[in-house]
Amino acid sequence: MSKLSKAIYEIHHMDTLANQNQWMNRIHPLVKFVLTVFYIGTVVSFPKYDMAGLAGMMVYPLVVFIIGDLSFLDSIYRLRIVLPLVCFVGLFNPFFDRVPVGTLGSFTITAGMISMVTLMLKGILTVLASYILIATTTIEKLCYALRLLHVPAFFVTQLMLTYRYVSVLLAEANRIMQAYSLRAPNQKGVHFKVWGSLTGQLLLRSMDRAGEVYESMCLRGYTGEYHFGDAIHARGKDYLYLLFWCCIFALFRLLPVLNLIGGLFVA
Amino acid sequence: MHMADALVVPAVAATMYACSAVAGGFSVKKVRLESDPKKIPVMGIMGAFVFATQMINFSIPGTGSSGHLCGGMLLSALLGPYAGFLTMIGVLLIQCLLFADGGILALGCNIWNMAFYGCFVGALLIWKPMMKKGATKGKIIAASILGCVLTLQLGAFSVSLETLASGVTDLPFITFVSTMQPIHLAIGLVEGLITAAVLCFVHEARPELLWGIQDTKKKEGRFSFKTTMAILAVVAVLIGGGLSLVASANPDGLEWSMQKITGSTELESEGTVYDDAAKVQETTAVLPDYSFKGSDSVLGTSFSGIVGGLVVVAVCVGSCYAFKFFRKKKTA
Repeated sequence: MSKLSKAIYEIHHMDTLANQNQWMNRIHPLVKFVLTVFYIGTVVSFPKYDMAGLAGMMVYPLVVFIIGDLSFLDSIYRLRIVLPLVCFVGLFNPFFDRVPVGTLGSFTITAGMISMVTLMLKGILTVLASYILIATTTIEKLCYALRLLHVPAFFVTQLMLTYRYVSVLLAEANRIMQAYSLRAPNQKGVHFKVWGSLTGQLLLRSMDRAGEVYESMCLRGYTGEYHFGDAIHARGKDYLYLLFWCCIFALFRLLPVLNLIGGLFVA
Repeated sequence: MHMADALVVPAVAATMYACSAVAGGFSVKKVRLESDPKKIPVMGIMGAFVFATQMINFSIPGTGSSGHLCGGMLLSALLGPYAGFLTMIGVLLIQCLLFADGGILALGCNIWNMAFYGCFVGALLIWKPMMKKGATKGKIIAASILGCVLTLQLGAFSVSLETLASGVTDLPFITFVSTMQPIHLAIGLVEGLITAAVLCFVHEARPELLWGIQDTKKKEGRFSFKTTMAILAVVAVLIGGGLSLVASANPDGLEWSMQKITGSTELESEGTVYDDAAKVQETTAVLPDYSFKGSDSVLGTSFSGIVGGLVVVAVCVGSCYAFKFFRKKKTA
């Protein structure tokens, strides 16, 4: 499958997930957005050597993946983009920070190794959190949450249009590339002689399409702001859900919960 | 160059969010001032276009590898820095949410590193000044390459600074920078070439779509009155004063034909009318036979050329203005 086809599939897949009528999907979008930001903020605020404390934060994705019927494999696939840079930055820590902090049999564990694992764990947890958000919330609802946060309507409408047309233009680009590869077999990528014309044609068509979209929007009564339909009101259980998780995150951040629980069993 | 959440601490993320929010707020204000309702769909679809084309691999000749389009520079060349910046924010937000390319917390950093430099620095400091006097293919290529290289270098440097400020790596700053900058120099060059190819195509097909050159484009090919006069004067001096010195001493076509028939290059006319006309000409001619009166010097020939040229220019310009004057009168 080509890169473009994969992207189209991924967008459709995420759309399908977000439109499901699950318990998690029905939580108010602003609650989920605020909770995700709070979770990511808490995760990245852990000190670089606090691997044990950070491990406690795994409880959120663990619980939500189960109750939300989300695929763990799908979320792991998303790590392919983020992990290389995180690994590049973290892989050097064991070489520069060689202070021994413990041993595992005959193997000496250094502070650099701990900070490297912590960094990678942070990378994984933050990606999982954003996956939970997007897999249970549609872009329309996220944009609604952004409007509630007073993000300008102008920007939100543009964002929604971009999202709406991403799949359309991806499909168009895919068709162009398919036609090109049939005419230029065994060639990796687009030949430099047609860099301009191939992409330029798509660009001109996109510009023309923008004009048509605007006319259609005007015909449907567009006056500068996108209307989201009926307002989505947060219910009591939405606030409760937010409060519950915020307390859990604060608890794991401030106390060595895993150590305390472990201490109950190890005399 | 998308930064992940794990690479920043909350303080750095918040600072970069604040910086990006200021730039975003300023851009919203600027775009609103344009009060062009068509701008929103164009921005939305251009965002989708950049997103889609960034998935296309462009093969780099002789390397076996491929490159991608530089979104920031392309958007600012088409939409301007403010609308381009907002569109890039949309693209980065969707990339971060849908494809986990960058993080929600690191979005402020990514906006600054990619959208701010790409749109503001690329458009206002490179594209606009270079296109001030109209766009040419060469200028577009130069601006695209320079813009992409510079903005990517700035972005890569910012990534290093933000990572250093976050304290997540033990990698020395100099080592990190010296790894990031050369990689992004190569990426910038390739992205610049791809962006240049697309912008050159747009310039040839629909030049009115390019930002910052539309007004000057109308003037292209027309010189101002002063410039036209100066050029004509210089050309007249050069041709009349310089080239007249190397004029052929041989008879021209008509003279040559006459010489063949009559044996002389000049026709002898007899009669009072001819004599009177010749006397008037001798009296009024400033430079008889293209020389000063009573002299046959080279200087005289040059001077006559210059004067002749200027007189021709004056007659031509005068005729044109007279034509325009009478035409205006007729239409009125």
